[in-house]
Amino acid sequence: MTLPATVTVRTTVGSASGLHARPASLFVQAAVRAAAPVRIGRPGEAAVDARSLLSVMSLAARHGEELELTLAEGAEDGARAALDELAALLRQDLDAAGQVAR
Amino acid sequence: MSPAETLLSGIGVGTGSASGPVARMAPVPALPAPRAVADPEAETAAVRAALAAVAAELSTRAARVTGAAAEVLAAQAMMAEDPALADTAVVAVRDDGLDAPHALDRACATFRQSLLAAGGYFAERAADLADIRDRALCHLLGVPAPGLPDPGHPHVLVAEELAPADTALLDPARVLAVVTERGGPTSHTAILAKALGLPAVVGCAGAAGLTDGRPVLVDAAAGSVELTPSDDAVARAQERERARLARASAAHGPGRTADGHPVALLVNLGGLAELDGAAAADAEGVGLFRTEFLYLDRAEAPSFEEQRAAYRRVFTAFAGRRVVVRTLDAGADKPLPFVSSADEENPALGIRGLRTARRAPELLDTQLAAIAAAARELDADVRVMAPMVALPAEAAWFAGRARSHGLASAGSMVEVPAAALRAEELAAACDFLSIGTNDLAQYTFAADRGLGELAELLDPWQPALLSLVAATARAGAAAGKPVGVCGEAAADPELALVLVGLGITSLSAAPACLPEVRAALTAHTRARCEDLAALALNAPDATTARDLVRERVGG
Repeated sequence: MTLPATVTVRTTVGSASGLHARPASLFVQAAVRAAAPVRIGRPGEAAVDARSLLSVMSLAARHGEELELTLAEGAEDGARAALDELAALLRQDLDAAGQVAR
Repeated sequence: MSPAETLLSGIGVGTGSASGPVARMAPVPALPAPRAVADPEAETAAVRAALAAVAAELSTRAARVTGAAAEVLAAQAMMAEDPALADTAVVAVRDDGLDAPHALDRACATFRQSLLAAGGYFAERAADLADIRDRALCHLLGVPAPGLPDPGHPHVLVAEELAPADTALLDPARVLAVVTERGGPTSHTAILAKALGLPAVVGCAGAAGLTDGRPVLVDAAAGSVELTPSDDAVARAQERERARLARASAAHGPGRTADGHPVALLVNLGGLAELDGAAAADAEGVGLFRTEFLYLDRAEAPSFEEQRAAYRRVFTAFAGRRVVVRTLDAGADKPLPFVSSADEENPALGIRGLRTARRAPELLDTQLAAIAAAARELDADVRVMAPMVALPAEAAWFAGRARSHGLASAGSMVEVPAAALRAEELAAACDFLSIGTNDLAQYTFAADRGLGELAELLDPWQPALLSLVAATARAGAAAGKPVGVCGEAAADPELALVLVGLGITSLSAAPACLPEVRAALTAHTRARCEDLAALALNAPDATTARDLVRERVGG
């Protein structure tokens, strides 16, 4: 089964100092493992490839900011779960050492 | 090789010695001239291969370390292999006809810019991209990677000159000694080597010919680098080193001469990163707390709260001890966008130090208020001092301002010859004086302190410099005000004896230098120090002054 349309999930940045190097790299590593390509961006603005650390960092997303994760139309149905996992990951404080199992 | 080439000489930093194989630091490659692209596919393939090689190199390095260092390297490896970086370079080749080096340079610059624009923690990672660019460029050009070498074993680091960024990364567990072709006694390399307690020889032009793996013996006290030393020479040096370390570890506690005359031994502190090491040192406090780190690399001045938090940390670590805070010394080599004027032809002689504060008093007031607020909460003995004071009226202005914030002790740095010549009036106008020998030498001899070629003029043993120190100490004694030294001169154990003989009441240096200074003091009476001071003061030149004192001390 593939998705009939794009799927978008909203989430907020939980990391205390924003999506900078450490939190961003943990997020990007998870995005690379996801079943389908995910894009990330601010609602209503151009999104970037969630597998690109430089692009994700260049968003300069601050703590508490709302972001959108998007799966393209035609992705495998199972990728939806990965999208929710990524959204949950973003909500955590990835700056706090030891919170994330890797 | 002829005998003349087996011993290189330069300016020694510290008193130790070490031997080991050379590892050279390669320079950052220059971007070659642009060339016409015949085969775009070959250019893009070269860029991708170079970035992949850099990513692999960084991952390998990440695997060799642990903790925060490993995370930083792993994140940097992810940036190097980021498809968006390679894609940006590919677009530059295809659409704009750039060759591989220029396409790579543009791609790295693009992301560097966006991180810098994001500010804060993001901007701190911009340096990673500059490093990736340099490394990948080296792969494209087939030259060794720039930056600190990592041969995987202890080595003698040889470089043209070290930059502050290199020095922050230097691993004292791997580096046995440092040799640089350029730099003088007060260069970054010299200051770093002192801070780490590493023997160093700077301004050693002959080091240009040293190649990787060559065994050398670095003797900081002699300012020499011996090539391929004999086992005998190495063994003798090791024996001297053991004796030196034993001497240094024998004395503890407050500084005093053999006959009990107290000389406060204090540490220099340049940032919070050094705080733990500084607080752990056997010292009576901080003699020079440089506050520039709070202000550099930012668009606006730090807030009262931010400053108070930083000062609170320092005063907590030094609870019950003395902390001399030097207020902002901006301008010259440390320009700040919110105070410095852009178009000074001669910034070392421009609006810097306290002159900046007189132009923007609100900056100074915020700083003094934050220092006072933090001092009220904690029980450290907090004093403030102003940099670059030339006139007694400036010293009085600063002291008045400090008192209006409730700070009881306010002093002046003596770095300008005019201040030393009128030290009596200066001492009367404030509570204490502190001689910054590095800048005092620069201004007395009209010699840029960063120029290795002028090292002779910047030598802290110069009798003219010692005359100004003597005049300042005399004036302080007459007024009943303490006079300290917080420049590199205070770190030299033999020169420290001379300074005490001239009447200096406290010495402030890098923590690693204090044990030897303390040991030297305990071995000499105050009268003996006065004899040594007379010897140095009356010498015709710096070399003779040093040699005479060393001979008398028996070193």
